[in-house]
Amino acid sequence: MVNRVVVMLLLWVSCVAQAELVIEVTQGRQSALPIAVVPFEWTGALALPEDISAIVNNDLGSSGYFRTLDPALMLDKPVYPAEVAYVDWQRLKQDYIVVGRISPAEQGYAVEFHVLDVHSQLELVHHRVKGNGNQLRDLAHYISDFIFKELTGIPGVFSTKMVYVTTNRERSRFNLNFADADGAREQLIFRSDEPILSPAWSPDGQKVAYVSFENGQSEIFFQELATGKREKVVAFDGSNSAPSFSPDGTRLAFVHSSSGNPDIYVMDLNTRQTQRLTKHYGIDTEPQWMADGRHILFTSSRAGGPQIYKLDSVDRSVSRVTFEGRYNARARMTADGRKMVFVHGNGDRFHIASQDMESGRVRILSRDTNLDESPSVAPNGSMVIYAATEKERSILAAVSVDGEVKFRLPSRYGDVREPAWSPILN
Amino acid sequence: MQKTALYKALGVAFGAFLVTACANNGDLEEGAGSAMTATEQQATEATESATTAVESASLQGQSLASDATNAAQQALLDITTFYFDFDQSSIKSESRAALSAHGAYLAANAGAKVVLEGHADERGTPEYNIALGERRAIAVRDFLLLKGASASQIKVVSFGEEKPAAMGDSESAWSKNRRVEIKYQSR
Repeated sequence: MVNRVVVMLLLWVSCVAQAELVIEVTQGRQSALPIAVVPFEWTGALALPEDISAIVNNDLGSSGYFRTLDPALMLDKPVYPAEVAYVDWQRLKQDYIVVGRISPAEQGYAVEFHVLDVHSQLELVHHRVKGNGNQLRDLAHYISDFIFKELTGIPGVFSTKMVYVTTNRERSRFNLNFADADGAREQLIFRSDEPILSPAWSPDGQKVAYVSFENGQSEIFFQELATGKREKVVAFDGSNSAPSFSPDGTRLAFVHSSSGNPDIYVMDLNTRQTQRLTKHYGIDTEPQWMADGRHILFTSSRAGGPQIYKLDSVDRSVSRVTFEGRYNARARMTADGRKMVFVHGNGDRFHIASQDMESGRVRILSRDTNLDESPSVAPNGSMVIYAATEKERSILAAVSVDGEVKFRLPSRYGDVREPAWSPILN
Repeated sequence: MQKTALYKALGVAFGAFLVTACANNGDLEEGAGSAMTATEQQATEATESATTAVESASLQGQSLASDATNAAQQALLDITTFYFDFDQSSIKSESRAALSAHGAYLAANAGAKVVLEGHADERGTPEYNIALGERRAIAVRDFLLLKGASASQIKVVSFGEEKPAAMGDSESAWSKNRRVEIKYQSR
């Protein structure tokens, strides 16, 4: 009886601590490629704790680029290319088929897999990868990345991570969490009774910067992910927020305000010298470095309401970037520099929008969620993850930069906010 | 009588001539015209800032510190949350009486210290809302300073949209969240 109570308590505690995000695809691409990931053969004695081919299936399906086939509908479950009856897969209207085998290796597992073109009946990929006992999910995401790159030409982001903030309803507890890009393997990396916001990755993926109110005012901290070591980096008197690493990781743009006038500053992370870049009575905030390491996009109220501007960090010149709508804020760039993604507000509706940097054309990406905020772009430029409000709760949702693919990452507990997608990690 | 009518008619005609001349001037010399407009604007602005100064002077004249201890003042001091309009940081007229009482109290009690917590509703981005919450708290601070409080008595912190007072995605909740709370650290 006592044991049962303890177990129930433990279960309850783990529920409270974990958001447990699970991907639900809500809209796929019209042109999604049909692919059948046949369950991989496992030659070991004990059952595996993770189902690698099911994770690959889920990764490819949730990307929106592929339409996967339910294994229950498969007529046959081949594990070697020679066993594949192509006619059957053609009848099931599949374009590609993935077969593979998992075998025990020294201190872990080895996976060998093949990607076959159902129409040409050619083998496109034959690859082998090894991992240790704790890396089954990593192995699966590696395979997903490999297949994605091979068939779409775009680097996969299934092995990437994200950090995000969860809070309880009372806003008396704030967690900074770290998880796989599919929401699995969530870990609590920092906890506070006071707000945490604006997590930002260093370009090498080794650390995150974020804003914490733990000392009664907003201060910027760095935290090394491998060690958990924290460092208070920006804590001037007043408000310090919105950290953004330069593309080479040597400088940090941030916002500082001492008397109600927030401006953009840059800190040289080697010398810790700080320079003020904007000096305007309006609100200047949300700096984001562009890929050239010279220009910074930021939000400013200098024309009345918030709009996005571009700042030259060398000559300090400023030019306005957004003109459509009364509320445009929190700019993020796609990796190729062609599109800017931001929060676009119109009355009480706030959506994620993209703007083509050349033509200036604006497109609203997320019409089916509301009060959208905190967009973060995947490092391959394919998807944007953001926070939205649904039934008075904050959830994470994602949309492809072309607006075609949508998925949600609802959590079982509390509010999930401020997602930040990692760079591609090696 | 006829003369008067004539003078009147002449007067009207002369006036019309003047107006036309002025209009012509403006039409012919666009540069001069816009320069005049700029001057006019400056004059208007000057008038506006003068008006503000007069208002603040008259407000300062109501010496609230002297009767800050009476019951009415105490009731005003019990009001510690002040609300704002969307994307605005200007103090609403209904907040002035209670804020004046807090200002007078701080002026009369040099040992009293407050933290002004600025907040925003959940619409818009978290970082912009941090800035907005700070603007609101600073507006309250400036008002308190005007009432005689000293800067060393006041600390400002903005929580943006991170600590809503009411949950819900409608104006009734949002209007409760766009606020500044005065929190006394010592009385």
